[in-house]
Amino acid sequence: MFLQQLVNGLTLGSVYALIALGYTMVYGILELINFAHGEIYMLGAYLSIILLGFFTAIGLTSYSLYLSLALTLLITVIFCSSYGFTIEKIAYKPLRNAPRLSPLISAIGVSIFLQNYVMLTQGATDKVFPSLFGGAGFTFLSTRITYVQASIILVSACMMLLLHAFIRKTKTGKAMRAVAQDKVMASLLGINIDTIISVTFIIGSGLAAVAGLMVAMYYGLVNYFIGYSAGIKAFTAAVLGGIGSIPGAMLGGILLGLIESLGASYISSEYKDAYAFIILIIILLVKPEGLLGKHLEEKI
Amino acid sequence: MNALISLLRSPLLRPLIISLWLALLLLPFKGIRAAGVLFITMSAAIPAFKFLSGHLSPLLKNIHSSVENIRRYLPADSRFLFLLLVPAAALPFAAQGYIIDVTIISGIYIILALGLNVVVGFTGLLNLGFVAYYAIGAYSFALLNTKLGMGFWSAMPLSTLITVIAGFLFAVPAVRLKGDYLALVTLGFGEIVRITLNNWDSFTKGPNGISGITPPYFFNIALTTLSGYYYLVMFFVVIAIILMRRIHASKIGRAWTAIREDEIATAAMGINNTLYKLYSVAFGAFWAGLAGSLFAAKMRFISPESFTFMESVLILSMVIVGGLGSIAGVILGAVILVLLPEVLREVQLYRMLALGAGLVLLMIFRPQGLFGGKSVSAGS
Repeated sequence: MFLQQLVNGLTLGSVYALIALGYTMVYGILELINFAHGEIYMLGAYLSIILLGFFTAIGLTSYSLYLSLALTLLITVIFCSSYGFTIEKIAYKPLRNAPRLSPLISAIGVSIFLQNYVMLTQGATDKVFPSLFGGAGFTFLSTRITYVQASIILVSACMMLLLHAFIRKTKTGKAMRAVAQDKVMASLLGINIDTIISVTFIIGSGLAAVAGLMVAMYYGLVNYFIGYSAGIKAFTAAVLGGIGSIPGAMLGGILLGLIESLGASYISSEYKDAYAFIILIIILLVKPEGLLGKHLEEKI
Repeated sequence: MNALISLLRSPLLRPLIISLWLALLLLPFKGIRAAGVLFITMSAAIPAFKFLSGHLSPLLKNIHSSVENIRRYLPADSRFLFLLLVPAAALPFAAQGYIIDVTIISGIYIILALGLNVVVGFTGLLNLGFVAYYAIGAYSFALLNTKLGMGFWSAMPLSTLITVIAGFLFAVPAVRLKGDYLALVTLGFGEIVRITLNNWDSFTKGPNGISGITPPYFFNIALTTLSGYYYLVMFFVVIAIILMRRIHASKIGRAWTAIREDEIATAAMGINNTLYKLYSVAFGAFWAGLAGSLFAAKMRFISPESFTFMESVLILSMVIVGGLGSIAGVILGAVILVLLPEVLREVQLYRMLALGAGLVLLMIFRPQGLFGGKSVSAGS
């Protein structure tokens, strides 16, 4: 029972972690709570269902299931990254130097827009992701792990390692860290701030797209409002780990998934959705810099 | 390569590329035909808009300056609002029930928006969970009324008091936070209240909501008619406007403005920031509690569905559309956002889409709101 909940929590947590990375990267660079990020994840879930339906219709799925899944993943990521890129250009870039409230309201506006955009184009009813693997899986230490769960955990881990390597080893990654530390200084050193911000949105949205596809596969059902609660929970995860810190977002996501899953089975499942908010409030009041974040003194 | 980039950036191709890009983004959601329509309309609309905006700029300037003129007279002295009292008092004699009904709803939202304006506009504390206070007001009124049989005039003050206490208790730890963090904590509070109302079946009847709330009485007359209820709401709207004006000009109101503009300088002036922030939250919660009671008494049925995050966003939009900190602007914002969906019934499906896009456009082109004065640096 405990191990089973641990696996469920780990699955959920890796999804939260993937979404939380997008929040934490954007917050690290723009100090903006990107409210629309949860909607990107929702778009990813929808796109994967639409694309898989398309590939099934043209017969690719019956030819090779794995090829069509891989193509779905690739195209979903490309589309979501484009959405993230476009949203930044339209809704956030003109507000770069506005008071803090303006981009936040703009982000809420984008979030409302995207929710209703999907509702109007795809309908308000649940969309079903075809059950590809059924409940197939394996048993390990008397714990049932489905292949979908295993692949969610594996894919998320790979994504996080890749991102970590990208941020640490490449030149662009180095530039991203520099921009997060000091925008003015970075631009003086010849870093194109706009490009780096675009890259941040593209990577974050791509990760959210992967999360969207995997959640659609895991639960089998998606709706146009899944982005809001997943977004808030992922943001909680980012705050829990320390906003702006990439390992923090990973740790926070997995912790939050475990807390939710264990809390639902041992405390109360009715209040499952409230745990994230309670943790958010406690963390912000007790340790606002998060578990792995750095404490910043307020500048006068 | 450079030639290619400059070709892509040429004024002829740029609209085409933007339209193609947006059409491609629409493609998987709406199919090839809608994407084609979007591409053609956009690639025609962008150059047309550019062409027109060159020719229309004198007209736009005229519109802009007339809005500026209206604005200049509006917030300078919101006493002019009392000129509206006579038509407002005459409305139930002239209008149909439907119009009175919409006006009552606007009145309740005006009170809510004015209450939120105290916190966000006057004091600069961003609140994304204002609906929590509204919900607490409505639910405590409904419970006092249905379980203890209290009438409107005893349940309303008590439920408002409960809301103020709840707001105060929550604010004591929360006001230490700043900006975005404060916004998130309030959002979390709003969600926790809603989830609790939804799940505490034995006390709040969960998602079924509470029904059978009795109508308010005025002496011995039950205010079941729309016009009776209309006067009740308008009475509180007038009280709210008077008190808002008074408190904004008082020592407390000036301390709030100072906190909004610069917290450190305010503290250096010997003002207890935390205390005044608590006053602000409590005063805002007071109006939310009152509006909640009025809402419960009007609908005579409440359920958690009325108190979602979208409701918080809607109230915040009223404050922002009208103009942060401006009493007349906030009232106009509330009226606009209640009336628009009623006027545009045919396109009601698109109203939330339009609200989202409208918020983005407003932030880009007029961040101080339609009737706001100078920009307010809330949440900095």
